[in-house]
Amino acid sequence: MEQLKTIGRELAMGSQGGWGQSKEFLDLVKSIGEARSKAEEDRIVMNEIETLKRRITEPDITKRKMKEYIIRLVYVEMLGHDASFGYIHAVKMTHDDSLLLKRTGYLAVTLFLNEDHDLIILIVNTIQKDLKSDNYLVVSAALTAVCKLINEETIPAVLPQVVELLGHPKEAVRKKAIMALHRFYQRAPSSVAHLLSNFRKRLCDNDPGVMGATLCPLFDLIAADADSYKDLVISFVNILKQVAECRLPKSYDYHQMPAPFIQIRLLKILALLGNGDKQASEHMFTVLGDIFKRCDPSSNIGNAVLYECICCVSSIHSSPKLLESAAEVTSRFLKSDSHNLKYMGIDALGRLIKINPETAEEHQLAVIDCLEDPDDTLKRKTFELLYKMTKPSNVEVIVDRMIDYMISINDNHYKTEIASRCVELAEQFAPSNQWFIQTMNKVFEHAGDLVNVKVAHNLMRLIAEGFGEDDEAADSQLRSSAVESYLRIIGEPKLPSLFLQVICWVLGEYGTADGKFSASYVTGKLCDVAEAHPSDDIVKAYAVTAIMKISAFEIEVGRKVELLPECQSLIDELSASHSTDLQQRAYELQTVLSLDARAVASIMPSDASCEDIEVHKSLPFLDGYVQEALVKGAQPYIPQNEQSGMANISNFRSQAHHVPSTHGLRFEAYELPQPPVASRIQPVPLTASKELVPVSETTYPQENVRAASVPSVSETGPFELKLQLDGVQKKWGRPTYSPTAPSTSNSSSQKAVNGVSQLVQGTVVSQTRNMPYDSRKPQVEVSSEKQKLAASLFGGSSSKREKRLTSTSHRTSRVQTHAVEKSQMPTATVASTEHAAEKAPQPPPLDLLDLGEPTPGDTIPPLDPFKQLEGLLGPSDVSSVASSAVSVSKSSDIISQYAENPMSAVGGTVANMAPASFDYINLLSGLPNLANRDIHGGSAATHVAPVKKGPNPQDSLERDALARQVGVTPSSTSPNLFSDLLG
Amino acid sequence: MIHFVLLISRQGKVRLTKWYSPYSQKERSKVIRELSGVILSRGPKLSNFVEWRGYKVVYKRYASLYFCMCIDQDDNELEILEIIHHFVEILDRYFGSVCELDLIFNFHKAYYVLDEVLIAGELQESSKKTVARLIAAQDSLVETAKEQANSISNMIAQATK
Repeated sequence: MEQLKTIGRELAMGSQGGWGQSKEFLDLVKSIGEARSKAEEDRIVMNEIETLKRRITEPDITKRKMKEYIIRLVYVEMLGHDASFGYIHAVKMTHDDSLLLKRTGYLAVTLFLNEDHDLIILIVNTIQKDLKSDNYLVVSAALTAVCKLINEETIPAVLPQVVELLGHPKEAVRKKAIMALHRFYQRAPSSVAHLLSNFRKRLCDNDPGVMGATLCPLFDLIAADADSYKDLVISFVNILKQVAECRLPKSYDYHQMPAPFIQIRLLKILALLGNGDKQASEHMFTVLGDIFKRCDPSSNIGNAVLYECICCVSSIHSSPKLLESAAEVTSRFLKSDSHNLKYMGIDALGRLIKINPETAEEHQLAVIDCLEDPDDTLKRKTFELLYKMTKPSNVEVIVDRMIDYMISINDNHYKTEIASRCVELAEQFAPSNQWFIQTMNKVFEHAGDLVNVKVAHNLMRLIAEGFGEDDEAADSQLRSSAVESYLRIIGEPKLPSLFLQVICWVLGEYGTADGKFSASYVTGKLCDVAEAHPSDDIVKAYAVTAIMKISAFEIEVGRKVELLPECQSLIDELSASHSTDLQQRAYELQTVLSLDARAVASIMPSDASCEDIEVHKSLPFLDGYVQEALVKGAQPYIPQNEQSGMANISNFRSQAHHVPSTHGLRFEAYELPQPPVASRIQPVPLTASKELVPVSETTYPQENVRAASVPSVSETGPFELKLQLDGVQKKWGRPTYSPTAPSTSNSSSQKAVNGVSQLVQGTVVSQTRNMPYDSRKPQVEVSSEKQKLAASLFGGSSSKREKRLTSTSHRTSRVQTHAVEKSQMPTATVASTEHAAEKAPQPPPLDLLDLGEPTPGDTIPPLDPFKQLEGLLGPSDVSSVASSAVSVSKSSDIISQYAENPMSAVGGTVANMAPASFDYINLLSGLPNLANRDIHGGSAATHVAPVKKGPNPQDSLERDALARQVGVTPSSTSPNLFSDLLG
Repeated sequence: MIHFVLLISRQGKVRLTKWYSPYSQKERSKVIRELSGVILSRGPKLSNFVEWRGYKVVYKRYASLYFCMCIDQDDNELEILEIIHHFVEILDRYFGSVCELDLIFNFHKAYYVLDEVLIAGELQESSKKTVARLIAAQDSLVETAKEQANSISNMIAQATK
């Protein structure tokens, strides 16, 4: 059957003539279409390439043949094979005088060549000539090529002509010229900097197409510098108003919307212009409100415009009324059945909560649903939303969820992203040390190879420095919990290298600090790590250095260090290692072991990783030595920059010989390679000097070079011996929050308990309430688990501010507060249940809190249950609405209509226009078909779509039979849809 | 901005590709392989968007053909979905109820249409009528040129016989 159709199609094509391809080419396309496997396809294409290679170089090919060869090359290239042997022929074809060939030539080069290709220089001349052509089609073809091919270097060659074309009588040319200038601006903003006024001028073009195209470059320009375009606000608002009021020609309508694509672009621009500018925003309010009202919420394009409106409203100076409309649309998106709209709804919600965090609360269950949706895209979007609304009260739930998801996916790109988000959130909001360490362990364990090395450094630094306060006890508790968890985890196979580095470093620094673990135990573990990773030099280096530190600390407190046999063998192995770094470390370790306690204490003081290392860049302690050498007649040191200057001069003559070479010779020495990260973590310099000069990472290589030219290289050790974290951002310990960390975790657990009890009551209430309305409809069950999740995610959102406020003002009265909290808890619960029963939950007295009155009661989470209850009542409303909708529209498939409305509408309109309305089905009808199939449970509906063209009695018979089979009769609600489908 | 347009059949065969950002041939194959894997395996009820390497890919299925466009993070997905539909409607009008075979055998025509709808990764014309008019103008010129070429080559062929 399929084949019959194909043949029919081909016959039709043959009769159409005109397409002008040879049988050979049709055969090629067909054989590729029939290829059963990728390998077979590749074989066919390789044959084709061979044929083309041979044919294309033959002399005396007719132009027509050549054109076909070029199209065949395009085909080959499109299938992912290399057709570069034919590029030059495509370039040649652009030189041809006939438009037919020229157009093919341009099409081929725009598809073949990227803007940096060498052949482009051969086309520039042709383009220049064509831009001057009398025929506007030639000019258009050349402009299309300009947009793709002209690079930064060749812009000046065509720029004057393109600018001239802005005044071309044909609007199609003006439009393309605008787009070309836009492209130039993207490539090299400076090249068109003097021409920007042209864009403003073209905004007033008579042709709406040109005006619409001008909005693209203007958007970019305004994004870069909004202030210089503030004067256009009124013009844009006017244009938008006119567009919305259907003043543009009918041909710009799209699915009954007036020029929606232009509206969207204008809204994007207004969002930029109104951002943080009250005056400009006020001009926009009316038109935005108007668009909210005018947009057709049942069509996809209407929703696209509405979504853009929400983006605009959330970006400009806010107006309560517009925000209300935006929230309304958002909630409609979220409640929609369409995944697309849900996705947009989640995105819109993310924008709105930036302005008003409470917007999220009424949608909590919708959000949870999206989070548990099988659609990955939706899930990720929801995680993005959660990331935006994370706060101390819900960080644990959110990060746990994120980690679970992170473990479950394979997409490394996204894994990296979500891992870094977890780390960021954990650093910012961690409620306790224990939790923080555990979270970091999980992240490292599952995505250790993907996270940035900075994250590891940051973690080490956090463990070393603690919270940034002077609470030694908390710091050492953090460290010992880290050590404990690391010792537990260290034996596990397949830990990522980066994680092992962190483990080794922490064990080396703090492994024996609290005396829980003996030195030999920790050392043994470290040896195991080194042994288990024979090929990972960095981990081995970390391990050896850690062993050295532990041994040194042991020596300092006067204990005798007995090296374990496996440790000894490790040292032996490493001192014969190929890596000089490892060798060096092994020898240093041996040396340290042989020193006495006092010497060891001065070179490796315990717990000194946070001390600044003393480094003096000019090495004054060597002055005496240098002086001595100079007296003895040594050459004075010449600074590096002068040195290279001299080198240039001395090499001048030899350079003269090589003048033509573009690459030139490098006369300076190559930069010294950065030492491996490992070398920086030795805690203490081998030499002590007097002044403190912190070394920043950037100056490091240069420093080293200079140092190397000073006679005593061995003394320059200090440069390498610092944990360099200067550049690492510090996020830990938000000053207002951290002090109350224990109290927060405490209260959140209380809240959870409280939440559960309330939730149970809440469901009961809502169920009974629903009973009378429709007892025959199944309840939309909201599992208690989901509700719990909702409560923990959204519960504390309103109390975010107070919490922070009180945490600063009430540090002293914390204990007291807790007491009050507990005593108030039961009453709050009772109160809220009562409210629920009345079905009219009062808004909790939140406003009082915002005044910042420091009464102890303010800090209490019991406020949250109200919110939770509100949330609980929400969904039951939804369910009843939904179910009633279903009952009303039982016969008329309102849902399918809703989802596919734009489709069927188009189907209807286009079908009416086309004489053979029946055959409109081919491509466009794919979706309605699908929708139908879903509804009727029949599986055959899709087969209806014929691949063949032209009315065919057999087809309609088939369809008729099918319709009977499935039992569908055209209903009155969607006559077009059904008549199209079923004849 | 639209970074590229892909048309893939349900079997994962490439029907049309257009790249508005520079990609090497190797990258192109990789992109196609990765994306067709992701998109073809998605269920019918799921959303039409896929997040991919920091970009978003909007796709829509028409019969056996998937139209995909890759866009930036901050672009409006619903709009792109309609741009795809806009393109399909224009193709439909041009080919007269388009189907996959039209695109297979006349992919270069589809490229010409695409060039009138999108340029440099932006929608250049949102009026179907204008696009149709432009394409028709080009085609009529091409047709006359072709007729001339045909008659000339016929004459040459006859003369050389």
